[in-house]
Amino acid sequence: MSVLTIKDLHVSVQTDDGARPILRGVDLTIASGQTHALMGPNGSGKSTLAYAIAGHPRYEVTSGSIVLDGDDILDMSIDERARAGLFLAMQYPVEVPGVSVTNFLRTAATAVRGEAPKVRLWVKEVRETMDRLSMDPAFAERNVNEGFSGGEKKRSELLQLELLRPKIAVLDEIDSGLDVDALKVVSEGINRVRESGDTGVMLITHYTRILRYVKPDQVHVFSGGRIVERGGAELAETLESQGYERYAGLDLASAGSN
Amino acid sequence: MAPLSQQSGIRPDVPAADRSERLRSWNPADFPVPIGREEEWRFTPMSQLRDLLTEDASAVVGSGSVSVEVKAPSDVKVERVAHQGAQHDSRLGTVGVPAERVAALAFSATATATVLTVPQDTQLTEPIVVRAHGNGSAGADFGHVLLQVEALASAVVVLDHVGSATYADNLEIRVGDQGHLTVVSLLDWDVDAVHLSAHHIEVGRDARVVHVVVSLGGEVIRTTPEVTFAGPGGDIELLGLFFTDPNQHHEHRIFVDHSEPNCRSNVNYKGALIGEGAHSVWIGDVLIRAGAVGTETYEINRNLLLSDGPRADSVPNLEIETGDVASAGHASVTGRLDGDQLFYLMARGIPELEARRLVVTGFFAELRDRIGVAFVTERLTAALETELQRATSS
Repeated sequence: MSVLTIKDLHVSVQTDDGARPILRGVDLTIASGQTHALMGPNGSGKSTLAYAIAGHPRYEVTSGSIVLDGDDILDMSIDERARAGLFLAMQYPVEVPGVSVTNFLRTAATAVRGEAPKVRLWVKEVRETMDRLSMDPAFAERNVNEGFSGGEKKRSELLQLELLRPKIAVLDEIDSGLDVDALKVVSEGINRVRESGDTGVMLITHYTRILRYVKPDQVHVFSGGRIVERGGAELAETLESQGYERYAGLDLASAGSN
Repeated sequence: MAPLSQQSGIRPDVPAADRSERLRSWNPADFPVPIGREEEWRFTPMSQLRDLLTEDASAVVGSGSVSVEVKAPSDVKVERVAHQGAQHDSRLGTVGVPAERVAALAFSATATATVLTVPQDTQLTEPIVVRAHGNGSAGADFGHVLLQVEALASAVVVLDHVGSATYADNLEIRVGDQGHLTVVSLLDWDVDAVHLSAHHIEVGRDARVVHVVVSLGGEVIRTTPEVTFAGPGGDIELLGLFFTDPNQHHEHRIFVDHSEPNCRSNVNYKGALIGEGAHSVWIGDVLIRAGAVGTETYEINRNLLLSDGPRADSVPNLEIETGDVASAGHASVTGRLDGDQLFYLMARGIPELEARRLVVTGFFAELRDRIGVAFVTERLTAALETELQRATSS
């Protein structure tokens, strides 16, 4: 079993006006097999947490720690973190012109698994996974994210998640921009990954809609760069009826203290 | 016998109003020795051109250091013709007239020219390969190739350049009505080579030409493709790929002269540059004359800077003399390797060097796939691999 432990994490983002503190002490522990929903209003720092875990150079960890199974993630480069078992499904996946999905997936799988997958098994694995995500086989010949619709980008992130089988997956607004049908397909994909029991999922979302299909074990409410409330799946229902307004005061309080 | 000199009457020290009015001549003495301030030469490192700038052009004789070999299917007529000043074969010099001194010098100083003819209605299934092999850069050598693809014929021609040389040459290409030609100049010279190459291309009525320049090696490589149309409906694609290393100069000056109606030109050059002293130059001049109604033209140059230090000059220039064009546009983009692309690939476990390799290979992929000549694609893939390994290990 794997455990990701985030302790008292403070993160600043690089802007043109210098470093701006975003995260102000985040504590979170996720074990494989668990699903944690991280909810909060726009600008509360959810995506910053995702990028900080993945190691994006714009985000600087000023204090605190992120540890995966005893190994300090913050000492690792972006690619080392991925090979250690972390995965970030991005809210805005990046276009990579001239690099086909096939080539990309195989290169990534080779890097993460430590050896090139056997060709015949690999082709079958990719085809079956794409099939489950209702993806057209011709998709594999296209360039990574180039000209993809919003839904196609999200399915493509799910395809990578299923093939790379990480220990901990951070899904950053995987539900944004999806219609109900696409949301169901993506949710089924997430549930397949959960059912394996090998992957812990951090589901970052602004809305409660996806939580009807992917039931979280825990819900964390993010506001002002910190987690301000924790609870079970029922907390999401409260949020659905009451919104984030009641956390606005906490937002101000934490902003004022900095 | 072709006329030896054909001047437009414009004095060489007065800048021409546009590309079409420039002095043109086969006689090097008609051009003063350039000093580097001329529009034509302002980006070129003149001090590195060695004997190609010799004062007394009449005394210049090729060193013989560059040998030219032709491998062609049996349908192709291959001739090696004596060529010395006024004694040249009358077919030579009929496609285009040099617009600068070095090309004129190459014309007058070439000892033997190669004439390749693909007869009418002949469809070649194998490429013609013309291999120029340089055996040393000590003395300047000169060359001339005339490539005639007659009406309704189709051919693929690869001009391969390897070894070490100080070389100037003219390439004349005439594609007859409804002819199809893909021609690739692969400049894979050793690091000390200097090569100035003037390409003159005439596109026949409803003919289609894909012209590709791949600049990889050399110290100073300068290719100047000039395109004219002999009838309406012609279509030319001018593609270029270059990988410019430290202290390397790769220059591409394109001139497309649209004088016929309903022709199409598409220019697409992509380059990657790395290191101190890497310098690329791309000049894209497109002229649409009054008679060239219905012209469709687009040109783009993209440059990828892989480190600090390189310089990429990129100058598109479109002159339109008619109000009736189908479409005309140009673009130029020079930028660094996209950090977000690298992050995305690395976040999937791909190590940084491999990620950089993927992004750069992807940058060239669109053009590489459009060349469609297996022989060239393989060489190009291998060459890019070598370049990238060198680039990423330094």
